[in-house]
Amino acid sequence: MLEGDPCSIIENEFVKPGKGQAFNRVKFRNLMSGRVWERTFKSGESLEAADVMDLDMEYLYTDGEFWHFMMTDGSYEQHAASKEAVGDTIDWLKEQGVYSVTLYNGSPLSVSAPNFVELQVVETDPGLKGDTAQGGSKPAKLSTGATVKVPLFIVEGEVLKIDTRTGEYVGRVK
Amino acid sequence: MTTETWRPSASMMALRERALLLRKVRAYLDVQGIMEVETPMLSRSATVDVYIDSFATEFSPIGHGTSQLCYLHTSPEFAMKRLLSAGSGDIYSLGRVFRNGEAGGRHNPEFTMLEWYRIGMDDRRLMDDIAGLLSSVCNFKEVRRCSYGELFKEYLGLNPYTANDEELSQVVSDRVDAKLQGLERSDCLDLLFSKFVEPNLGSPNADVLEGVFVYDYPATMSALAKLSTNRDGHQVASRFELFVNGVELANGYHELLDAEEQKKRFEEEQQMRQERGYDIYPYDKNMVNALAHGMPDCAGVAMGIDRLLMLMLGTGNIADVLAFDFGRA
Repeated sequence: MLEGDPCSIIENEFVKPGKGQAFNRVKFRNLMSGRVWERTFKSGESLEAADVMDLDMEYLYTDGEFWHFMMTDGSYEQHAASKEAVGDTIDWLKEQGVYSVTLYNGSPLSVSAPNFVELQVVETDPGLKGDTAQGGSKPAKLSTGATVKVPLFIVEGEVLKIDTRTGEYVGRVK
Repeated sequence: MTTETWRPSASMMALRERALLLRKVRAYLDVQGIMEVETPMLSRSATVDVYIDSFATEFSPIGHGTSQLCYLHTSPEFAMKRLLSAGSGDIYSLGRVFRNGEAGGRHNPEFTMLEWYRIGMDDRRLMDDIAGLLSSVCNFKEVRRCSYGELFKEYLGLNPYTANDEELSQVVSDRVDAKLQGLERSDCLDLLFSKFVEPNLGSPNADVLEGVFVYDYPATMSALAKLSTNRDGHQVASRFELFVNGVELANGYHELLDAEEQKKRFEEEQQMRQERGYDIYPYDKNMVNALAHGMPDCAGVAMGIDRLLMLMLGTGNIADVLAFDFGRA
């Protein structure tokens, strides 16, 4: 916790002159605003820990204003995430999929997708038969609304494996 | 822990460079007629420097007898001064020293220190001697020699000898971190120097190690150096440091010879450690007695050999030059 906001530490440099006081030069990211900045502390100083938890939750549905998630620990406890908290992960949200939800003071601060998700193609131009070796690509719209580049042989209705970190097609799921 | 931690942290190439460097350092010092000495690593006394912590352990006599608290040395300085007082002549020590709590980046809790003393030299002449040694072991070039005050004025527009404590705290608060509180004068100076001056000392150069000697440290940072008066009439410490590529490489003094003054400084530092709630170590009374007996006028310097190797190999990580860094030790 810094200046009232939860922050994550990006970099922590130990600075110690041979004969002097030790300091830590720490780079933070404010988890609320995304702002990155540097602070200097005397080594050994302590900071308040932010009440932040990463929990696995199943995505249920959206009412247009909030995206609803449910704990997977058997408690069926539900949490509603705002559009800001969902962020870019919106492209990879699939009902019944499990996502990591960061809770701050009990409410969702951010939602992150697993590295790989499997999503169905809902719309794409028909590819040319036998053109599998040529390595060309075309856009395909997925069930979540996201568009990814796929090889020409992909047809509507197929389920694809997508790398959420790059938004790239990885392969077909049989 | 993965099974891969059995491997060295340094490459074999770096370890060969280390072996070669140690050989060249000894060759230079031997030719200069300086005698290599080994001093106790385990001692009943320790440094009382406020910001240097020692490792403590116990000597337990086999069978019976009371165990004794001992400390691993943080530098061979005290024992070497006892040798100098006993008439050793010029001496050097090349070996491991230990500092508790210092780990990460450029720091490892044990590291290799080269320390040497030249009788009859002052701090200025010792700087020449260091430049001579470095030129013979690596591609070193001295690019600047200037006072601490000059640099402070150049990069911060402040006079470090005359600025009062409030002014210094204000600059720290404005330019480093507004929430940093309760810093002593020397802490403020160290912090400002390390953030605004140090990174500019000795530009990064892959082929040549460009060195900057900084002398006339403020009197409050004198440690074991003599005090003197500079051109402008300010009291300064006859202490200097060498920086290469923004890295502190060596720290030297025109050595304090006054036993009473030395005892006073040790006691003041113990007092400061007590006020801060740190462990209070016994200082080396034998060393004070040696000064009282009479130590020849001399200058001495300690150089970080791992740091030198890091600069030669262009790495910012001490683990890259140690067979096994602390994480694998």
